[in-house]
Amino acid sequence: MIGLTVVAALLATLPLLLILTLLLKQGASSLNVAFFTAMPKPVGEVGGGMANAMLGTVMLIGVASAIGLPFGIGAGLYLAEHKAEPLAAVVRFLSDVLNGLPSIVVGIFAWQFLVRPVKHFSALAGGIALGVMMIPLVTRTTEEMVRLVPDALREAALALGFSRWRTSLTVVLRTALSGIVTGALVAVARIAGETAPLLFTAFGNQFWSTSLTQPVSALPLQIFTYAISPYDEWHALAWAGALVLLALVLVVSLIAKFVTRPRFGSGSD
Amino acid sequence: MPLTAVRFGATVTAESPATTTAPIVSVRSLDAYFAATRAVRDVSLDLVEGQVTAIIGPSGCGKSTLLRCLNRMHETVPSAHTEGEVLLEGKDIYARGVNPIEVRRRIGMVFQRPTPFPTMSIRDNVIAGFRAAGPAAPTRGEQHDIAESSLRRAALWDEVKDRLHESATALSGGQQQRLCIARALATKPRVLLLDEPTASLDPLSSQKVEELVYELRGDVTIVIVTHNMQQAARVSDRTAFMLLGELVEAAPTSRLFTSPVDERTESYITGRFG
Repeated sequence: MIGLTVVAALLATLPLLLILTLLLKQGASSLNVAFFTAMPKPVGEVGGGMANAMLGTVMLIGVASAIGLPFGIGAGLYLAEHKAEPLAAVVRFLSDVLNGLPSIVVGIFAWQFLVRPVKHFSALAGGIALGVMMIPLVTRTTEEMVRLVPDALREAALALGFSRWRTSLTVVLRTALSGIVTGALVAVARIAGETAPLLFTAFGNQFWSTSLTQPVSALPLQIFTYAISPYDEWHALAWAGALVLLALVLVVSLIAKFVTRPRFGSGSD
Repeated sequence: MPLTAVRFGATVTAESPATTTAPIVSVRSLDAYFAATRAVRDVSLDLVEGQVTAIIGPSGCGKSTLLRCLNRMHETVPSAHTEGEVLLEGKDIYARGVNPIEVRRRIGMVFQRPTPFPTMSIRDNVIAGFRAAGPAAPTRGEQHDIAESSLRRAALWDEVKDRLHESATALSGGQQQRLCIARALATKPRVLLLDEPTASLDPLSSQKVEELVYELRGDVTIVIVTHNMQQAARVSDRTAFMLLGELVEAAPTSRLFTSPVDERTESYITGRFG
């Protein structure tokens, strides 16, 4: 029985290893400095990079975090601190539904309300769509982390004359902070690779664009565009892009792991 | 330290002036509820300034609930409420318009388990009460002085003075509990409430906390809830015995333990129940 679970555990990590090997084999050769610094080149020209797509991904993550983090952390704090209230049960359920919503639906929603009225695609619309996806992820991890803070600490703070909101902010949230940061980073890693909600919001852009109101490229969009093209050199770039995206997720996850270490090490400081 | 001997010598003298001074806290016909359950029933009790009052009684008798009514912590539990009055220096802390936060700053509390804030250093834990104060917060220099004097009062200074900026969670349980007492003392409350402060500590750490309670008497008015009758006898000037939410008897400690008036008190202290 234990042997079977060990096999299952090893098989569970197998896909990641296979993907990594494949990406390294197919993408590493196209990966060079130009890939990070150069703009995409027209078909037929050799070289070119994804600088604009990387900038776009950073912009989109920025907008998404500006929405997903405050609303997600606020909602999570509410759910944990008022867990018995009927509203909390409703919010928790709806948050789970939102979490399970296919990302393409979030994209359609953003298109309807943020793209159609202004009649053009924009980085802002894409960022908001990703932000909406981030909210339930951050909400649930924040709630779980805040729930781990013992009630005795809340009581101690209240007994010292802290108001309820000050207790939540300076004691509860601070105690749960490393866990919340980890949750936020995991959420960032999740949305960084989302493609579907960007198809008709951020849309993609061949040019260098720093404007939030203009269409913008993103790594997953660029990979999608290149991957479905009929050109071999674009395929190679798509593989390289996928490798970069995987590396990004890996790095963010490693940072998340580092952050969770206790602030006061055991004697190390 | 021959704590017991000193204690009983002192209680005899404490009896006479106690009755003449006005009480610093006066509980009048207090009822405390959890939803419809009445956990404290019509309790009236006076606390004499500078004295240590022990509240004893079997589990579930309402002694902790009574204690938590004295700084308005009881009402932080959902569906809990109180009826009756608690006068602090003559003013009802339950009167309309009284801010419970102000009450809690003037009446400190320490709990059964040590509760240092894990993200704060030892020093920051001691001065944490001033974070709650907002604009009236002391300057950095004052903060250090307050931290030192509070830690000295809690008999912890010598043990932690070289590691004030380290995590409070690295301290032992007994040290953490004395840190919590220092934290409660930092804002100079008139009254200190101790809810079974030694229940989670080893005997040696318990003794240190008891000695501390003994040292603090006169300086600050203390109410200590305890399961341990020997502890009540050692540290308190007056003892109140509670049973099923009612205050059965309150008297100078030496008299309550030697010649209780009520039959139920006698049964309890002689070990017939509880």
